[in-house]
Amino acid sequence: MAGVLVVCEHLSGGFADITFEMLGLASSLQVGEVSAVAFGSMADRSGELGAASTVISAGCSDDFNPEEYAAAAKSAVETTSPDLVLVASTSMGYDIANPLAATLGIPLIAYCTGIEPEEGAFVCTSSLYGGKMGVTSTVPGPAVVMMLSGAHNADDGRIEGSPGVSDLGAVDTPGRVRFKQLIEPDQGDVDITQSGVLVAIGRGIGGKDDIEVAEELADLLDADMACSRPLVDAGWMPKSRQVGKSGMRVKPSLYIALGISGAPEHIEGMKDSATIIAINSDENAPIFDVADYGMAEDLFDVCEELIEELE
Amino acid sequence: MRFAVLLKWVPDLVEDLEVDDEGTGVDTEDLKFKLNEFDDHALEQALLLAGEGDEVVALTLEGDGAEKMLCTAIAKGASRGIRLTGSSSLDTAGLADSFSQALGADTYDLILTGVQSVDDRDGQLGPVLAARMGLPCVSVVSEVGLEGSTAMVAKEYSGGMVAEFEVDLPAVLGIQAASEAPRYAPVSRVRQVQQTVDLEEFAVSGTGASSGSSITGMAQPESGGGAKMLTGLDELVEVLNGLGVT
Repeated sequence: MAGVLVVCEHLSGGFADITFEMLGLASSLQVGEVSAVAFGSMADRSGELGAASTVISAGCSDDFNPEEYAAAAKSAVETTSPDLVLVASTSMGYDIANPLAATLGIPLIAYCTGIEPEEGAFVCTSSLYGGKMGVTSTVPGPAVVMMLSGAHNADDGRIEGSPGVSDLGAVDTPGRVRFKQLIEPDQGDVDITQSGVLVAIGRGIGGKDDIEVAEELADLLDADMACSRPLVDAGWMPKSRQVGKSGMRVKPSLYIALGISGAPEHIEGMKDSATIIAINSDENAPIFDVADYGMAEDLFDVCEELIEELE
Repeated sequence: MRFAVLLKWVPDLVEDLEVDDEGTGVDTEDLKFKLNEFDDHALEQALLLAGEGDEVVALTLEGDGAEKMLCTAIAKGASRGIRLTGSSSLDTAGLADSFSQALGADTYDLILTGVQSVDDRDGQLGPVLAARMGLPCVSVVSEVGLEGSTAMVAKEYSGGMVAEFEVDLPAVLGIQAASEAPRYAPVSRVRQVQQTVDLEEFAVSGTGASSGSSITGMAQPESGGGAKMLTGLDELVEVLNGLGVT
């Protein structure tokens, strides 16, 4: 059987948006039947996966386990023999797609934003080099493709229906990785998902001492401070202020990005902001693709002038 | 306990990237490269975990940057540096094949590498390597603790959620961030290592590993696609006034 197999992702008791983005994409490709593999009790909610004609129920724990979920995905691929397997380019997806492709000995394309079928092969566009390059790869099926979230509209795949459910049975694994617990995010002093205006800083801020300028601007705009990942890793900002793939997803009425280049991991967390203003000295920075307004100037010059004006 | 840290030399994204003449790669002629930042975190995590009598071994492929990366790792506290020779493939499949050969020549309790790199088009090294070596793997890890023959690791999900897993050793971890910011090695110390320490070499035998796909095109996304570019403070203030935030 040809077609597309979508590996569903769920968290906190619901399917993640990326699941529906992939289902919508899978249907639009028109390369055969669309099936979806759902894990644990999520398979009971096959009615939400109406974009697929078959839902494969993998007898796993509801809590993600790298070893177990990768083994189940492999078993689902062996059952359906799809031409194309879509996996989310997410934390969970990394631990499913890579072992899946490696153990099956089939190619994998990562960070994909678009797929076009072409004479039995797939032409995939990947966002690489921190979003600064779009790379086109041609890959013959069967192949595993990891889809970046946000590249497709989740509503296209959010279709109610009654797909047939096929039971994969329990998955046998060596049990070398054991899930212990899920830890909810520490909200810190401010919950930035509730902020109306955010001043977000990135690597372009330079040094820890330079953060002060942005804080002063945030004060004057009655905004909260947010940041991209590298500033948290450097220990300059608390984790509770991080926006992006592994941080918070925010949608304030105004998001001011200072010295943020706009890697896909960051954009994922802020693209739904009502208005985005980006200030970055690199005029080619990908942040300008998602911003409503941009200024290709030195952020310190702009901030200092703006602070003076606001005062 | 013996830790392995896998290092990769990647383009520095602070630089302007350009497409090469063939249209299928990044023009590397005048491009500055650096250690993959996530690999730097993997190294830091290994150094933080290593106690008295433990060994941290840094491995990388020969070529530009290899000596600098390995000597810097030793200057920061790694015990040894191994340069892999004879490998031609730089994609993830090729890297996994080369590293698995070198790692198979010794015993390691924990293998750490960066969760991803800016150019790993055909997959992330950690889980691909683990699959090849038949080891368990957890990616996107931001905390690691050791308890006997197991590791307790924190894996980051979206929305700031974190899952805790217990993993039997030996294992591979894809490190997102070390528990502390990577340490700095003074240039003088790195130079001293370069003059006094002999780096080891491991010869990789003919690798047939391939990504199974080919790059057919590369292009910079259109810049400023969505943004209305503002020039000067007045325009910015006008926009802020319009939004009612000033």
